Amino acid sequence: MSNWDRFVETFFNGRMMAKYLPDIAYGTLVTVELAALVIVSGLAAGLALALLRSLGYRPVNLLLIFVVDLFRALPPLVIIVFIYFGLPAIDVSPSGFVSTWLSLAMVLMAFSEEIFWAGITSIPKGQWEAARSTGLSYGQTLISVVLPQAIRLTIPPLTNRTIAITKGTALGTVVAVSEILGMASSAVSNSYNPSPLTLGAAAYLILFFPMVVFGRWLETKMRWKR
Amino acid sequence: MLQTFLNPDIISAAWKIILAGLGNTVLLSVVVVPLGLFGGLVLALLAGVRSPWVRWPLVVWVDFFRAFPPLVLLIFLFAGLPFAGLELGGFACVCIAFFLNTGAYYGEILRAGIESVPSGQIDAARSTGLGRLQTMLYVVLPQAVRNVLPDLLSNTLEVVKLTSLGSVVAMPELLFQARQAQSLTYNPTPIVVAALIYFVMLWPLVRLLSRLENRQLARR
Repeated sequence: MSNWDRFVETFFNGRMMAKYLPDIAYGTLVTVELAALVIVSGLAAGLALALLRSLGYRPVNLLLIFVVDLFRALPPLVIIVFIYFGLPAIDVSPSGFVSTWLSLAMVLMAFSEEIFWAGITSIPKGQWEAARSTGLSYGQTLISVVLPQAIRLTIPPLTNRTIAITKGTALGTVVAVSEILGMASSAVSNSYNPSPLTLGAAAYLILFFPMVVFGRWLETKMRWKR
Repeated sequence: MLQTFLNPDIISAAWKIILAGLGNTVLLSVVVVPLGLFGGLVLALLAGVRSPWVRWPLVVWVDFFRAFPPLVLLIFLFAGLPFAGLELGGFACVCIAFFLNTGAYYGEILRAGIESVPSGQIDAARSTGLGRLQTMLYVVLPQAVRNVLPDLLSNTLEVVKLTSLGSVVAMPELLFQARQAQSLTYNPTPIVVAALIYFVMLWPLVRLLSRLENRQLARR
């Protein structure tokens, strides 16, 4: 057997891949589920916090900024480990899935709040005043005048940040979530062959490569129009 | 509550273990950040080459490593390569994985920075007699770096946070040591202490970044 054949036999073993394909497919499903939950709840919470911040209550804002800073400074894995291994000490035992979801959602919340907030503040004050003076209420001004412009401005950085944080679903494997990496790793130790890991890597690429290309496209598109 | 999450007895018992972890985290960051910057610089300079035979493989390379979760890359190197008879230690695996992953991110940032410098400046610099390399070093790069400084810092913050992945391949960095101490003492205090250390270490950078970013977006 030549070296190349041995390499293929080891990393691209068709038999092993076929055997563990259902496992990896299941893991992909879990990853997608987790990612969707993180994106929806993280972005919603981030937007909510940015809106709350625009109301301008100082004590609320100070607390809010602190929370945002906290989740920007802490590594996501540290938050996951704290929730999963730390909270049971006070008899709260979230599953690995919930721990990962909560951690990543809070990290995305913090980053997206900053981006949404920067978008909101980038709208000149004159527009607020003009809109209010035409008789629009605070809420109407926000929804019909400020947010449409702010969100447009924030889309490229938001997309890239969201992709980067969503990739963190792989961290779930540390707390035994049966997502792609977790399934692949256990398949490797069961079969004593790394082919399932190759398959898992391929699954990640299928999921995230289009997203990265999309993010790059968005960035160029927005840059030309500026 | 305080007895559970910030127990003084546990702290006094475990601080040495945690401090050793902090040392390794700093060491790892000091190795990995320049490594990624270097990789990124090479990618960004190559992006200036006009030939499609260089450009397209480069785009695919960068997007490939931006699409790959760093932990997957790390596990692949750590658990996959030994099957090919290549047994690298945890430290080497972390360095290679981070070089590939963060290099791609740094590369994108630096490329945007280089593109932000008007081409007239390059022509002007060349016409004064500066060589290509000199133009790049003395005219383009200083401005490029300044233009994308917030993004560079932001990525550096992410890289330092990412070093916590080392714990998965048994690198004795801050998180790993804290987990060790936690399982020895049956108490979550070490994890809380590690989180506090990360926060205190990185908070100034987060504050600075949030100011820079706000200013940058507001200027558009």
